[in-house]
Amino acid sequence: MSDTQTVTEQQAELQIGYAGTSIPRKEDKRLVQGEGVFADDAKAHGMGYVHFVRSPYAHARIVSVDVSQAEALEGVYGTLTPDEVAQLTDPFFELSTPPGNAIEDYCLAVGKVRHVGEPVVAVVARTRDLARDAADLVEVEYEPLPVVVDARKAQDEDAPVIHEAPGTNVVWSGTFDWGDIDGALSAADRVIRIKELHFDRFSSTPLECSASLVEYDRGTEQFTIRSNHQMPGVAAIWMGPALRVPLDRLRFISQDIGGGFGNKITTHTYLTCCCLLARKLRRPIQWTEWRTDQHSANAHGNERWFHDIEVAVQSDGTMLGFKVKALDDCGAFPRYEPLGCIIWAQVTPGLYRWRNIRVDFTQVCTNKSPVAPNRGYSRMQQLWLTERIVDIVAHELGLDPVEVRKKNYVRADEMPYTTPNGCVYDSGDYARCLDIALELVDYESRKSSRGRSDGKLVGIGIGSTLDSGTNNFGQSTLMNPELQFSGNNEVATIRLDIFGEIVVTLGTVPQGQGHETTASIVVADILGCSPDDVYVRAGHDSYWNSHAGFSGTYASQFAVTGLEAVKGATEKLALEIRRLAAAVLGATPDDIVLKDKMAALKANPEAALPFMACGAIVNANNAVLPPDARDITLNCRHVYVPPFELPDKEKKYGNLTLTYATQVHACVVEIDRDTGVVEIVDYAAVDDCGVRIHPQIVEGQVHGATAHGLGAALHETFAYDEDGNLLTANFYEYHVPHALDMPPLKTGYIESPSPFSSLGTKGMGEGGGAAIHAVCAAIQDALRSAGIPGVVSDSHNPAERVWRLITNPEESSALVEVVST
Amino acid sequence: MPEPVTEQTISVEINGEAYEQEVEARKLLVHFIRDVVDLTGTHVGCDTGNCGACTVLMDGKTVKSCMLLAIQADGSKITTVEGLAGADGELTPLQRAFSASHALQCGYCTPGMLLSATYLLEQNPHPSEEEIRRGIQGNICRCTGYVNIVEAIRSAAEGNA
Repeated sequence: MSDTQTVTEQQAELQIGYAGTSIPRKEDKRLVQGEGVFADDAKAHGMGYVHFVRSPYAHARIVSVDVSQAEALEGVYGTLTPDEVAQLTDPFFELSTPPGNAIEDYCLAVGKVRHVGEPVVAVVARTRDLARDAADLVEVEYEPLPVVVDARKAQDEDAPVIHEAPGTNVVWSGTFDWGDIDGALSAADRVIRIKELHFDRFSSTPLECSASLVEYDRGTEQFTIRSNHQMPGVAAIWMGPALRVPLDRLRFISQDIGGGFGNKITTHTYLTCCCLLARKLRRPIQWTEWRTDQHSANAHGNERWFHDIEVAVQSDGTMLGFKVKALDDCGAFPRYEPLGCIIWAQVTPGLYRWRNIRVDFTQVCTNKSPVAPNRGYSRMQQLWLTERIVDIVAHELGLDPVEVRKKNYVRADEMPYTTPNGCVYDSGDYARCLDIALELVDYESRKSSRGRSDGKLVGIGIGSTLDSGTNNFGQSTLMNPELQFSGNNEVATIRLDIFGEIVVTLGTVPQGQGHETTASIVVADILGCSPDDVYVRAGHDSYWNSHAGFSGTYASQFAVTGLEAVKGATEKLALEIRRLAAAVLGATPDDIVLKDKMAALKANPEAALPFMACGAIVNANNAVLPPDARDITLNCRHVYVPPFELPDKEKKYGNLTLTYATQVHACVVEIDRDTGVVEIVDYAAVDDCGVRIHPQIVEGQVHGATAHGLGAALHETFAYDEDGNLLTANFYEYHVPHALDMPPLKTGYIESPSPFSSLGTKGMGEGGGAAIHAVCAAIQDALRSAGIPGVVSDSHNPAERVWRLITNPEESSALVEVVST
Repeated sequence: MPEPVTEQTISVEINGEAYEQEVEARKLLVHFIRDVVDLTGTHVGCDTGNCGACTVLMDGKTVKSCMLLAIQADGSKITTVEGLAGADGELTPLQRAFSASHALQCGYCTPGMLLSATYLLEQNPHPSEEEIRRGIQGNICRCTGYVNIVEAIRSAAEGNA
């Protein structure tokens, strides 16, 4: 076997080929012709359409539910009520520690409603419109209860308790203490205190709403769930116990998904309803969420407050660390939470060399929509904090924020760099990325236009972030030591078929990231063929595609987990082909080279076995093989498992992610002094995600992440009134960027290969919210350049808020205090 | 008093094919196209007419098919994304440009975007960047930041696709 291993190693390097070239995407041909298959496209004979009756109250006791009139309407197939749900299902499991884990979360509101839009009753009818008519006939009597929408009031003694079982609105709280922040604060030349910062509530709002078609087979008791859930393995873990069925009875299928961004990770509540209905009503159940429902009752991003920040700073701008009280608002139900209470720790000090950090972290429920992981999940909020700290400190000390960043950035020669909490930044050159971003916006000449007096305030801001990819799920044990999660895994299979066709399946669940294309590049370069020769099955089917516990598409990891799985499987196949050809051609595997869909003798390329012959021999003519070649199947599977260890639960210390991509954005704004309207006049995004397998796809992800950040910074907010009504429940009020809102984007890149992935790749795509940070920084720079002492303390800055910063800067500047020690 | 009419038979030509069908008076054109005719390339992304995923050409002009009732399309000729490529399957320059420029990621906005772009280039074969952005401002894309969509339309207009 030692020979075999040597052979494998020789093949481990990709041949020079398609990696790094932007070949046309395999997905495009069907998608530009409207021939993709999205969740709402699936139809089944006799299917019924679901419409949910939703709560008009943010918090109320359900007094009675009457579905009799609805069920009497012609064309109505049936209903599902809270009482049935309470009998037929168990609450979804909770991840938190006591008492937060006592929260009871069902697929319909049982006993109480806890946010506007919460589903209370499901109605199924012959058509979408009939289901909606019938829903109007359902009578639900409510007894309204006091409401808490502001997380800062959720822990007050007189605050209404949203979940009776835990008896508190606190989902989780804990302290993270690394280094010696008290010592650093005493030793520092200055201490900067910031009373309060607020990271606003928004979400990436994928254009395709959530949807499913669920069928139930009474004979096998199997549910077939065609949906756009982006992490079906996790959905199954929630749904199986709740439905009281084994996990393998839940078959998840998706082909094309119209964007996910994390917002399609927590639709298990709706899918559970559909499963119950399919079984009860003995017919396929079709559910498609309306946009208003998506906004009011599915998945918002985490809102977070930062209080009592103290930063230890030397007079030259060198920072020693900070402490902060973080308060996270997860809305009415935790669901994927409180994982967000730990995931930020992947990027604890941001890009900076700060060694002393203490974070007191608390998460509370409020009477608002539940949250879900949203592009940049939990790290974005932490990175925004670090970037705000840098800008505020620089301005308070009269220093240049660019220079302060460079002074505090982790340096390229320190890589791999271990953070105070044990995370390992694999590679990167942050200062170089910053220089490129500044060049792209012509920083030197732009600088002189600051402080203009023509009614426009000009500012230049930097947003520098890390996109941490490939989770070590062991991080969950820092939040709850009882959880049995750690490591990560992903699967791919590849086979050489009877006619020489190369067929690949992935465990992933793509939503536009081009997995079929990038996987085919990796395969082609190992097998010495063209990506056109590689058929990668579209989408995901849990009965069809081999998958593992953490399979899915989330958390910036495909370029590592997905492609490592593909590479591993393909290398196994390549070795089998070479062994087969060696057996047939009377040579050794080392004598064989793969090229042009042939396995040929290096010494005599004329002597070659075509892939088609290989496939035919093994699949249909294997009696011709010598005995020692009969273990060859040309049907290979690889499970990639990254080299993680368990973190130290006591010290909350350990490596939480494998790779760290860098983003440095530079933003130039002009603000109208009279109205507060912010215009972005120049913008550059520089990305470093290590080796780029398909540069065009990488750049597309950079564009998209930037657009999401700009939208969040200037336009998009989930705003609630004091009664808990969502004020931005559709695309009129919730303004996502249109083509005219987006500035032209300049992009740049460097490639710092990751030492921890064999392809040198790093996961990317989420992007760390760099655009939010850059816009906030630019607005504050514009104010300061004009002599206005305002402090940007909110991540969301519509014109009115900016106008207040200009006209009443004392309101925000009072949040900051500089103490000389 | 006569009973209100709740159903009506309509005749519509979609992608060159004639359909005669009784439909509920309240049925949206987009649901007629997707659920009755089963042309699922036309998508729904909102319920307020903002997103443009449902854009089709009706008698040569772009309409948002969620903003019309099916009965309002009676007697009209409609082109959906499935009707763009030639009978021989040859993609249009815009379809080719969208792929070449990576103007689509998830592909959900793409059908509506392609129809708005098709209409734009018919009306204005050589649009400026500003005119391109104006031409697609009724179509939301959540993946691309519009960078490569604008580039694809420009490229198709210049005959590079």
